[in-house]
Amino acid sequence: MQRIMAEKAKELLQNGTVNRVLGWKKGEFVYDITPAVFNNTEEIDAEFVYDDFCANNLSKYLIKESRKEGKVLVFLKPCDTYSFNQLLKEHRIWRDHVYAVGIPCDGKIDLDCLKKQDIQGIVGIETQNDNFIIHTLYGDHTIAKEDALAERCLNCKSKKHVIYDELIGRDGEVLDSHRFDMVEKIEAMTPDERFAFWRGEFSRCIRCNACRNVCPACSCENCVFDNPKSGIANKAAADSFEENMFHIIRAFHVAGRCTDCGECSRVCPQNIPLHLLNRKFIKDINEFYGTYQAGEDTESRAPLNIYNTEDVEPSIVYKKGGNH
Amino acid sequence: MQKIGVFVCWCGSNIAATVDVSAVSEALSHEPGVVYATNYQYMCSEAGQNTIKDAIKKYGLTGIVICSCSPRMHEATFRKTAAAAGLNPYMVEIANIREQCSWIHKDMATATEKAIILGKAAIAKVHLNAPLTASQSPVVKRALVIGGGIAGIQTALDIADAGFEVDIVEKSPTIGGKMSQLDKTFPTLDCAACILTPKMVDVAQHEKIKIYSYSEVEAVKGFVGNFEVTIRKKARYVNENVCTGCGLCTEKCPQKNVPNEFNLGMDKRRAIYIPFAQAVPKVATIDANYCMKLKTGKCGLCEKICTAGAIDYSQKDQLIEQKYGAIVVATGFNPIKLDNFEEYSYSQSPDVVTSLEFERITNAAGPTSGQLLRPSDGKHPHTIVFVQCVGSRDTSGCGKPYCSKICCMYTAKHAMLTREKYPDTDVYVFYIDVRTPGKNFDEFYRRAAEEYGVHYIKGMVGKVAPKADGKLMVQASDLISNEQLHIDADMVVLATAIEPDKSARPLATMLTASMDTNDFFTEAHPKLRPVESPTAGIFLSGTCQGPKDIPETVSQAGAAAAKVIGLLAKDTLTANPCVAHSDEMMCNGCSSCEKVCPYGAITYVDKEFRMPDRTVAIRRVAVVNEAVCQGCGACTVACPSGAMDLKGFSNSQIMAEVDAICK
Repeated sequence: MQRIMAEKAKELLQNGTVNRVLGWKKGEFVYDITPAVFNNTEEIDAEFVYDDFCANNLSKYLIKESRKEGKVLVFLKPCDTYSFNQLLKEHRIWRDHVYAVGIPCDGKIDLDCLKKQDIQGIVGIETQNDNFIIHTLYGDHTIAKEDALAERCLNCKSKKHVIYDELIGRDGEVLDSHRFDMVEKIEAMTPDERFAFWRGEFSRCIRCNACRNVCPACSCENCVFDNPKSGIANKAAADSFEENMFHIIRAFHVAGRCTDCGECSRVCPQNIPLHLLNRKFIKDINEFYGTYQAGEDTESRAPLNIYNTEDVEPSIVYKKGGNH
Repeated sequence: MQKIGVFVCWCGSNIAATVDVSAVSEALSHEPGVVYATNYQYMCSEAGQNTIKDAIKKYGLTGIVICSCSPRMHEATFRKTAAAAGLNPYMVEIANIREQCSWIHKDMATATEKAIILGKAAIAKVHLNAPLTASQSPVVKRALVIGGGIAGIQTALDIADAGFEVDIVEKSPTIGGKMSQLDKTFPTLDCAACILTPKMVDVAQHEKIKIYSYSEVEAVKGFVGNFEVTIRKKARYVNENVCTGCGLCTEKCPQKNVPNEFNLGMDKRRAIYIPFAQAVPKVATIDANYCMKLKTGKCGLCEKICTAGAIDYSQKDQLIEQKYGAIVVATGFNPIKLDNFEEYSYSQSPDVVTSLEFERITNAAGPTSGQLLRPSDGKHPHTIVFVQCVGSRDTSGCGKPYCSKICCMYTAKHAMLTREKYPDTDVYVFYIDVRTPGKNFDEFYRRAAEEYGVHYIKGMVGKVAPKADGKLMVQASDLISNEQLHIDADMVVLATAIEPDKSARPLATMLTASMDTNDFFTEAHPKLRPVESPTAGIFLSGTCQGPKDIPETVSQAGAAAAKVIGLLAKDTLTANPCVAHSDEMMCNGCSSCEKVCPYGAITYVDKEFRMPDRTVAIRRVAVVNEAVCQGCGACTVACPSGAMDLKGFSNSQIMAEVDAICK
């Protein structure tokens, strides 16, 4: 796949369709993937990579990239196309400055899964049927895919590319995912248990802002947490609860716009399951206003931006308060 | 730092009886920025207002806080007071210590504490207030009346007589409404048609009035003075301008089995019809649900016999866009469905009828040509039982909790007229109370009971059961003599509760006009502004606001017209300066605000910005049209980046209030 994509990139660079390519390259280690812009075929040959570690959603980078001269080629996995579409809907990306190539995805590796299996010194990866062969300095490891894939990939919501200019390989379908199972478990908790659960998770937060910085929905020109006028920017938290509010505020800010790409949880160095907050909103929106998938299209009105007489009454929160 | 004056009103004993006003002014005098605090018996009185004016001048106040009644009551008053003393009127904040404090608390200590907190919140807000200047917006000098019953007709005539253009939108093929179905009208017993029909003709002939019959309001945009309304003119398959109303088609149409809604389904009409002889406009309408030509493509008889060539099977619904300065809602009422009242056997016996059906039976143009005949066998009934409050004053949940107001009087009318025309008929009226407040109303009822020998019995009917001999067994209780009664009746007439027309609820949503739990439109003030909706530019006429009889409806219709005329007589309206504005440095250009704006006040422009890294970037940013914005604040909530803010109610002001309350 990496070879086909590199060929495609070089072809489009050479025939002048695009003047640069947004893709992935290796960092210090093979599994340490970073998004990168390639300006010519030589750079592609030298550094372009696409493998089971290339988890990064490239859509958000297009906000800046699409504002530059000329067209940029971007490779989008199915879930990335939802983010791309949502950003188009919000007029954040200049569509005519982007050439989007849809690429297939069979799920990406969660490095923590490998760490848990004590796999160290990784130097390469291969796929063999339902297994990954991980090459390490200390020999090869065979590991079942379901033991190595990220949670968001095991519960993949869609293999369908909702938008692209060109597709490599065949398009997939929207999947019947179990992504709300954990949300249901949390909903079933008593308020006290739920409070304790989230206090526990949030207590690990170091406010590195990685979740916000990677989130395609968190792309405000001026984030409220950076805006001195907001009264909360750079403010020392009064107590640990106030500190926890960061994630809750962030979830509210992206509600109705979050496509559930899962980047927040992927980048969290403290392994806080941040995606669960977003999924709770998505699940509620689905139940209150009918099924809605942010980024599925660019025309529909988001449920939180529209009012219908059939909308639930605010009292629904009392009925859905969980177990008391 | 603002120099703030605090004025605590006693409101006589309304506030002072529950709130220690001196303690409030004393406590608030120590708040930061407060340079003067006082209390007075009636702040809104001339003396009270002078206290405010003097203090503004003496202390050089830059902001004032009035702790008094709801801002809906006197905010405008105190803004004027401030303006008269040279202070920008938007530097006034009201702390509502009456409706939201003294009226709902019994304990003085609690109420005083809360009043102080509310005062602190208002002080915190006024610190962040900025002077605002109102702009002017033009008024479209045309009114829309929704509903063409007696309410709509009277309102339209009164507005038109004052020289303004009026459009009436009526959903049925003719104007006239419920009154056109009535026989006689209480308490004078003049014939409804005789007094209504000339008004209908006046409407048709008035050069300032345009009737959109068989039409409905599809969408409403805009605001007071500048409403943009889309009207759906439903296809009637007859060219209105050509049809002469000769009625030949309505006699020849082979589809004879259509329930006639004008007679409440008690007889039949054709698929092409004119609802009644005096219909306005007097043009035929094809009922697409029954017309063979429209359903199967076969027939076309009406087209062949129409000498005027008015039939047009290809007609489509038409959407008409029109601008209005004011909108009057006159959507009227309907009797409720009787599904929840099976004990009266309405669905089992044709001889159990509603009062409106009885009205048609006694009407000369009705299904029996005015002869009082039983629907089941066409025989003259000798015993008639009238049941009052069927679904009215019902707290069981089956009916309506309110009194339908008109039933006592029309039942007295029905009973009296029956006894007058058919003295051999025994007439019983079962009632909870007889309510006859109104000019000449009680006299009318007494005449029915005393002169006409109608048997008024206090008590409710428990059951009506059809018997094998065709009679109706009426089981009831007489509460005064405390006995159970069994009456063999020939007919039972149910004084069915009335409810607002079903079209009112979606219309209220379109108009952003509020309704009560019974779907009656609410007034801006139940006593002082009874014909205005809280939504500016929306007025209420007739039973859409609450049950009322014809005299009351006509007076209210005239009152609504007077309010409309007062509005349309102005060339411009002073706009509300509390409008939204977007901080373009923070705006993402995402369109969320544009999508939620009910007034279409937000547009987007691509604008060049110098970025921190000295580059120039083009960004899409929101721009608010201040003349169109009504300051509802929906955009400020929808904005994900916090760029959108409302002048006079900024996010920082609201947060300051919350902080002050939580401190």
